[in-house]
Amino acid sequence: MTRFSASPHPLMGRRALLKAVLAGAGVAAVPGLAACGSGDGGGGATDTVSFGNNQSDQVPKDAITAVLKSFEGESGLKVSINTKQHEQYQEQINNYLQGKPDDVLSWFAGYRMRFFAEKGLTGDLSDVWSKVSSGYEPGLKEASTASDGKQYLIPFVQYPWGMFYLKSVWQQRGYTVPKTLDEMVALSTKMKADGLAPIAFAQKQGWPGMGTFDQLNFRINGYQFHVDLMAGKEDWQGAKVREVFDTWKRLLPFHQENALGREWQEAAQSLQQGKSGMFLLGTFVAQQFKGKEEDLDFFPYPEINPEHGQDTVEAPIDGYMMSKKPGNPEGAAKLLEFMSTPAAQLAYLKADPTQIAASNKADTSGYNSLQKKAAQVIKEAAHITQFLDRDTDPRFASDAATNGINAFIQNPDDIDTILKGMADQAKTIFTE
Amino acid sequence: MTALQSPPEPAGTTDPSPSPRRGRRRATALAPRDKLVLGLMLGIPSLLHLALVWVPAMGSIALSFSSWDGIGGFEDIDWVGFQNYVDIFTRYPRFWPAVRNNLIWLLFLIVVPTVAGLLLAVLLDRQLRFGRLYQSALYLPMVLSLALVGFIWQLIYQPEQGLLNNVLGTATSDPVNWLGDPDINLYAVLVAAGWRHTGYIMLLYLAGLKAVDPALKEAAALDGANARQTFFQVTFPVLKPVNVVVLVVTVIEGLRAFDIVYVINKGRNGLELLSVLVTDNIIGESSRIGWGSALAVVLLLISLGFIITYLFQVFREEERA
Repeated sequence: MTRFSASPHPLMGRRALLKAVLAGAGVAAVPGLAACGSGDGGGGATDTVSFGNNQSDQVPKDAITAVLKSFEGESGLKVSINTKQHEQYQEQINNYLQGKPDDVLSWFAGYRMRFFAEKGLTGDLSDVWSKVSSGYEPGLKEASTASDGKQYLIPFVQYPWGMFYLKSVWQQRGYTVPKTLDEMVALSTKMKADGLAPIAFAQKQGWPGMGTFDQLNFRINGYQFHVDLMAGKEDWQGAKVREVFDTWKRLLPFHQENALGREWQEAAQSLQQGKSGMFLLGTFVAQQFKGKEEDLDFFPYPEINPEHGQDTVEAPIDGYMMSKKPGNPEGAAKLLEFMSTPAAQLAYLKADPTQIAASNKADTSGYNSLQKKAAQVIKEAAHITQFLDRDTDPRFASDAATNGINAFIQNPDDIDTILKGMADQAKTIFTE
Repeated sequence: MTALQSPPEPAGTTDPSPSPRRGRRRATALAPRDKLVLGLMLGIPSLLHLALVWVPAMGSIALSFSSWDGIGGFEDIDWVGFQNYVDIFTRYPRFWPAVRNNLIWLLFLIVVPTVAGLLLAVLLDRQLRFGRLYQSALYLPMVLSLALVGFIWQLIYQPEQGLLNNVLGTATSDPVNWLGDPDINLYAVLVAAGWRHTGYIMLLYLAGLKAVDPALKEAAALDGANARQTFFQVTFPVLKPVNVVVLVVTVIEGLRAFDIVYVINKGRNGLELLSVLVTDNIIGESSRIGWGSALAVVLLLISLGFIITYLFQVFREEERA
């Protein structure tokens, strides 16, 4: 009889166990750490600044490389670029910052910046800010400031969220921009009768639905409530959040079906093909409209509560932080100062014209119509928000919020259970 | 033949060591060099095992009683006792669906691929024409990683462009959202996982069947048993040790399932598994090491249950032998 007990499979079991256990101890993140360690930068040569780049797609990567080349020419310093895949960069940021991060590194404004700043993992940029603050609106300075009153981020580019539509389709069908929720419902009803999916919708990636939640939330409850809710100071089971989901439920029949199996790119395609009427997303949606950019337009989310009107715009800011102990502090400060200049930002935007410069000194005459609109919408806003996953604790955003919104889209009648689940998790996460 | 006549001397015996017969040494006495070699061969793996398996496992268990975001040193860890476990069991909406999915996963793998694998093995054991070809074809999925299997089956399951909806003729009219609909996506994924697992089981049973003594079947035939009776009353009982292996392999496969659902939708929306929850909480921008560790410990306990049962079986059999 063959002796099966000597088969290699118990080993596999052990390996699986090891994997789980290693993951449990957080050691599984170590390969990521190694992958993240700055290649050659970090220490030593004083004429080199290392730069952690999360723009891994070819076009933006070339653009940022060109920007850094011009910095090299201007300052006489060398920049060593350490590029990581965009999503991976985000997942590994925790280990990256605790390991040997690059002198200057890409990141986002808002809670996500503050979280690491408050943990003492990134460098204080108040000195740089004292030189560059005239180039930024107060709102951007606020978005770069942590709770200790110091700045930890140099804003680079930003992009607003809005309801996108094709001018040609709307002209042909005689649709007009809705100013209030009721007008939008009337418009959606009309679109449905015309055989369109009124609102394109995609939630496979887990985050686009957060945009809808945000818009409804600050239109109904205002900017301050958004901030407090995201900070864990408000109750997810309260009447105000409940009203947001009730409103969403009313709008849900106008949203494209099967959203959980669709990626935003596919939803954008349906807008481009005229199969759906409008689509809530950031201006980066224009990436899917190559050659049709001039036909693409957007409007800020309609007013729901007259008390707040359309005073808030969601416009996430991307920027750069400095590591806690840069190998070359002066070079890093110089590079960050350079990144705050309109020239650097506009040079980058040539490759990615779906965003706008964060600096208010940037010459907007070269903008395309979408960028002009974006700049105008941001300028007119009284309050700027960052986006749910940038405005709240990432632990809450990645798990409770994503899965809560998914569950709601799946079972809109189940709001009470879903909100209880989210509230419970908010309590455990924000008190930790 | 010449090679057989002069076998190479095994390493370690080149020293003229005293023969066990001479002197009054114990029969197991080893030369010092043998002892050293043996000690290293056993010691290094044991140390590695201890350092890479048991230390992290204990660390994980310890951390499961903490609340820690992975930043800073030991002084930054808050010890919260059983709070993580209480919270996970009572108010983590993804926990019970994950446990349920893990159990469905286990049950499905134990029943469907085992039965299918046994059936295929019995058929292939009959020396069919092209038997080797079938055997290779059926075993082929096993050489692919489960993540790759996930990619392949996504092509089949896609709503509009996928193979399945086009074959069914539902692609244009009313496509079934195989992987997006939480009522069916778990089963769709299980078909993919089972497709890979069946070949493996088939191979194990085939090896077992080859080892069955033909004399047993002959005796049964002489006693007038038909094919069915021979199989259920003679062959299958002989396969008992194989069944144990199959069960263990399947349980391991069921509990470590992760890559396929992670590739499809990161284990959300109907595809939650315990392994996914562990990953989601441990890896990421700011992690909940304590919470994730507690989930990992739950998974560890479930695995240990099966592993201990298995070890008992094996040792009991060895004692009997």
